[in-house]
Amino acid sequence: MAGKTLYDKLWDAHVVSQRDDGSALIYIDRHIVHEVTSPQAFEGLRLAGRKPWRLDSILATPDHNVPTTANERASGVAGIEDPISRIQVQTLDANCDELGILEFKINDQRQGIVHVVGPESGACLPGMTIVCGDSHTSTNGALGALSIGIGTSEVEHVMATQCLVAKKMRNMLVRVDGQLAPGVTPKDVVLAIIGEIGTAGGTGYAIEFGGEVFRSMSMEGRLTVCNMAIEAGARAGMVAVDEVTIEYVKGRPFAPKAEHWQQAVANWRQLYSDTDAVFDRVVVLDGSAIEPQVSWGNSPEMVLPVGGRVPDPAAEVDPVKKAGIERALEYMGLQAGQAITDIKVDRVFIGSCTNSRIEDIRAAAAVVKGKTKAPSVKEAIVVPGSGLVKQQAEAEGLHQIFLAAGIEWREPGCSMCLAMNADRLEPGEHCASTSNRNFEGRQGYGGRTHLVSPAMAAAAAIAGHFVDVREF
Amino acid sequence: MKAFTQLTGLVGPMDRANVDTDLIIPKQFLKSIQRSGFGPNAFDELRYLDKGEPGQDNANRPINPEFPLNFPRYQGASILLTRENFGCGSSREHAPWALEEYGFRCIIAPSFADIFYNNCFKNGMLPLVLPEAVVSQLFAELYATEGYSLTVDLNAQQVITPSGERFAFEVDAFRKHCLLHGLDDIGLTLQDAELIRGYEQRRKVEAPWLFPN
Repeated sequence: MAGKTLYDKLWDAHVVSQRDDGSALIYIDRHIVHEVTSPQAFEGLRLAGRKPWRLDSILATPDHNVPTTANERASGVAGIEDPISRIQVQTLDANCDELGILEFKINDQRQGIVHVVGPESGACLPGMTIVCGDSHTSTNGALGALSIGIGTSEVEHVMATQCLVAKKMRNMLVRVDGQLAPGVTPKDVVLAIIGEIGTAGGTGYAIEFGGEVFRSMSMEGRLTVCNMAIEAGARAGMVAVDEVTIEYVKGRPFAPKAEHWQQAVANWRQLYSDTDAVFDRVVVLDGSAIEPQVSWGNSPEMVLPVGGRVPDPAAEVDPVKKAGIERALEYMGLQAGQAITDIKVDRVFIGSCTNSRIEDIRAAAAVVKGKTKAPSVKEAIVVPGSGLVKQQAEAEGLHQIFLAAGIEWREPGCSMCLAMNADRLEPGEHCASTSNRNFEGRQGYGGRTHLVSPAMAAAAAIAGHFVDVREF
Repeated sequence: MKAFTQLTGLVGPMDRANVDTDLIIPKQFLKSIQRSGFGPNAFDELRYLDKGEPGQDNANRPINPEFPLNFPRYQGASILLTRENFGCGSSREHAPWALEEYGFRCIIAPSFADIFYNNCFKNGMLPLVLPEAVVSQLFAELYATEGYSLTVDLNAQQVITPSGERFAFEVDAFRKHCLLHGLDDIGLTLQDAELIRGYEQRRKVEAPWLFPN
């Protein structure tokens, strides 16, 4: 019998019952909740007279709607200027208070983006099944967990039953061999992978990221990569447990303690794919060939190395793809054949569940240090992923580097990744963004997003256009 | 949940690949704490010429006359015909809520993004996969024929064209069962409450750190 993949092991450990029709009831260990996708689920429970099955599995924090300026943040929820956003955050508070759910509220030091808070607090652990009403829940898979995004009906279902009805996905291995060149970051790796397999390449699969590049990558880098598994179409991304994982988890507030710690670690050390495990699909990339990436279109697969040129639709034979390129060029205001480095940047956003952890902030600060923002860049903001990331960055003096360069230092939240709060692009503006989606209107009506790493975003803020951070 | 058995309805086109959930329902409308009210903002950025905000009177907004779903011939469409990877992006269930309220009960595409696909079934909607060549054929027929409608028979797992041509489609047995009978799956899962408790008892022994309280 063939061995098991990491995904097989995680799945098998959580099957409550296997049904004849191929679906299974899967037990959920951790449920992370935010204000946008939960109100209708709480309401559904209330209408049906149901209570959450296991309150201690739920952790909530508001992130999508929260303002990021110190002024608007000063008076907490009551200070949120947009009344509809305020009601949504108040509704989360009220639901959590009523039911007794642990919530890191708006100005709690531990508040932040759900996918930053989960790993940082130790609420998300190796070997767990984790859900959240947010597609970027794939992030937590970096810990060696099965972590998937769900819709609001499933949020209600998990609250009511502690389970999900699911069908097992297929196994995909994305192996990146070799070593990354200096200046090439985890964000570039995942963008290159999406460029290779496409935004539907992982549909129906759980992706395991393996190979030397991931083995030598930090946990924060792995979180960045797994975060964007969904951008390749996969609900789940994951990395096998190793010493990096265990060192990362150790001592976190919700991590197992005392004798539970030893027991947990022994269990976690089994969380890797057996050497004879069979994957349904294997994709191999050469890590040493990956260059810093910049997206040019309205799908994360529309991405190129920084030295590249915007594609020409005339060269595309597939009519649907050709129409896609033409539409993207028009929306993005770009010319076929234009050099990526000739694209001027109006705003810069460093943040989001993809790239707002301390290593991201350090990488951006290292590029910015001693330089100033280009006058042509209207605004550049750094939005830390949580109150604790902010605190750490300030303790290291990183905020001073940004402020001295004319770059704003904000309060934690999702911010301009999806522009549900006041942080957004104006129509036609180009943004160097460390977020995960470059869809039309994602960062603001008519806004033009280019996905890049924190170092590349920082370099663009200084230069006023995209530059190769390796030559910066 | 509304049951879905058989549907005969006018078809509307969304002729592009990778239609993402931000395009289906832009983020500003996600601030609502209600489950309804999203229909007038489905495809908001394509459908209107101005920028939409929650709480607006949509009836007075300038309509984009070039957006196909605004053409008179497609008014009242209940089946959406589209291209590959429909519904990619976020997990927002507001996307199927908006489409359902717009009037679509069935979406036909060569492929769907996983989370969106799953969310449809929770709302009495059928996301239906047909091969790319068949979808292209249906697009051609749709453009050539005003009033083009299709019949979708979930029980028989067939799409029937006006000329009587039939295309079989696949659907999960459990999802089909729930759709046909309009079943609430929380109620179904709770029938297995004893199994869930039994699993928890086993896990508390195997992995006690997962049950610290």
